[in-house]
Amino acid sequence: MGILQQSHGILGDLIERREEPDSLELDDIQHFLMARPPALAARYEFLTFKRSAGGRAWLAGLIDKVGTAKGVGTSILDSRWVTIGLTWNGLGALGVADAILATFPEEFRQGMAARADILGLTGANQPDRWADRLSSPNLHAIAILFARDVAERERCQQEHANYLAQCDGVEVLSALDLEAIPPFDYAHEHFGYRDRLSQPVIEGTRVEPTPGSGPPIKAGEFFLGYPDEKGPAAGMPQPETLSRNGSYVAYLKMEEHVGAFRDFLRAHGETPEQQELIAAKLMGRWRSGAPLVLAPDQDDPTLGADSQRTNDFNYAKMDPHGYGCPLGAHIRRMNPRDTAVNMNRRKMIRRGGTYGPPLPEGMPDDGVERGIAAFVGCASLVRQFEFAMNVWANDPNFHELGNERDPIFGTQDGSFDMTIPKRPIRKKIKGLPAFTTIRGGAYFFLPGIRALRYLASSVGH
Amino acid sequence: MATVATETPSIPKEIDSTKPQAMAIPKEGYFELQNGRYGPVYPRTPACYGFTIIAKIKPGREDAIRAYGKTIQGAIADLPDALATLKLHYLRWVLFDIGKDTYFMYQGIFDTDFDKYTEDAVALFTKYGVNTVFENLEGFPEDWKTNVPAFVKFVREHQRPSFLEYGEYPYVTADEIKKALKLKAAFSGMLDLMQ
Repeated sequence: MGILQQSHGILGDLIERREEPDSLELDDIQHFLMARPPALAARYEFLTFKRSAGGRAWLAGLIDKVGTAKGVGTSILDSRWVTIGLTWNGLGALGVADAILATFPEEFRQGMAARADILGLTGANQPDRWADRLSSPNLHAIAILFARDVAERERCQQEHANYLAQCDGVEVLSALDLEAIPPFDYAHEHFGYRDRLSQPVIEGTRVEPTPGSGPPIKAGEFFLGYPDEKGPAAGMPQPETLSRNGSYVAYLKMEEHVGAFRDFLRAHGETPEQQELIAAKLMGRWRSGAPLVLAPDQDDPTLGADSQRTNDFNYAKMDPHGYGCPLGAHIRRMNPRDTAVNMNRRKMIRRGGTYGPPLPEGMPDDGVERGIAAFVGCASLVRQFEFAMNVWANDPNFHELGNERDPIFGTQDGSFDMTIPKRPIRKKIKGLPAFTTIRGGAYFFLPGIRALRYLASSVGH
Repeated sequence: MATVATETPSIPKEIDSTKPQAMAIPKEGYFELQNGRYGPVYPRTPACYGFTIIAKIKPGREDAIRAYGKTIQGAIADLPDALATLKLHYLRWVLFDIGKDTYFMYQGIFDTDFDKYTEDAVALFTKYGVNTVFENLEGFPEDWKTNVPAFVKFVREHQRPSFLEYGEYPYVTADEIKKALKLKAAFSGMLDLMQ
């Protein structure tokens, strides 16, 4: 919650000073990757445009409800925010000309389902098994409706349904309801791990990165049209009206097998302390959030919750052999810090939330689907998101481990291991079960507001 | 949807690195098509990973290209770990004639699948001036610095896969070799101390 309060004040300041040419156009950038609105509930609606004129009309009617980075920063908090994203097929379905469609990057044109092998989404995670019709070529758009609470979300859903009924040829392929699970005073997911402890700060937002998070990252790593960590903006889709201030997001719906996870902890730890340690070794942090590098033997919830300390560590200097945080643990894979090069080109902004009812401690798994629906935002899916999946999460030879994938998030089929470095002899768990299953995914483009108006008009179509 | 093996190529689970091995490779350069982010991935062999790029040079550029021998020698002398990202075992750069044309061959043997570290390699080449060697080759994309896919396309178009690879100590990575050498040195030191 601290960062949210920070961003309200600072974004408010920033609105006044817009004299620099590369300063962020906060009234044109959708809020989604800039800041988290204070929403405890959301609904994702996955849409198809059966008629392009209908799709454009739907879009035209919603643009004024789309949350901008400027809007989220003010002290007037609307209770609703809308975010709109489009697949490459969706751009075409809106009538965008082929010559323009061809200027989008290859991986976005192919879509996530076609790139599943590259991402390591095989076996139980492959697109043939996805739900919600996410692998369909007719998936054209996502409308994210944020709401302060569940009651407000249900009101938004009804309002959108009424609106769609008036729109000619726009249909809902599927939808997903999200809500935070208790306890509500900090962000966490169904396995119980505290979340959102490490996030990049965008240069120009004047938010101070927490210690250990590295320097602010150039806006062009996340938003098209701005200089990135390598230099001036280049190779954007055309025309500039369409691409400027836009971003790409990779969507992943990940079911969490809470019963299997808790069984595993009990199988590998006799006492609650031992079970917490195993949970920590898989993730790289205790469930309280405390990083193993700083708290290798005992949990430290105060450390976990302290944003000034919880991210202030590295690997090459502080834990080169992985005695604290195993080399293949989730957070060490998703952010190798000082053990990898060009890290400022590998940053991503994560968003998302939990879906499904919580499973109370001690209860056997009830078979109800629960998990995380996540977005990974960046300016280049192939260089940022796909790299993380292909090289870090699902490469069995990451860190030359030989036969290991990300224990929480990787595609596990019971044949991969997990090494926990230990003196004198390391511990090797053979045949990790799958704690998660990817139930769907897609690549979306989040256009700027001007770009949304362009798409809603008939120009370039 | 292709039903290929679910794993990216990695070392076979049981190998004996003390016994030399040779591997014959199909014409395409791989046994089973596995896609990396930028195209097909070539398998790890007893000689680890590698590529052989062969490209015609722009006329009159032979001396400029040869001069890079000294450039790289100097760069590594100043900073031995300059190319650490590429996980190189060996590099060989060769110039040869076919008829009236001169060709450049860039052969590298390394421990990482090229597809994985393409962007890091491009960043490294820019940093140490290796990029400008490539600019002497015909067909090399002018916008390669901002257009990584174009750079990759050039490399793939000019790469010729091996059909036979041999490794005296198969699959062993450069890091493992260096570790083994350090261990050997530590043991000798220890034996001396025990005299």
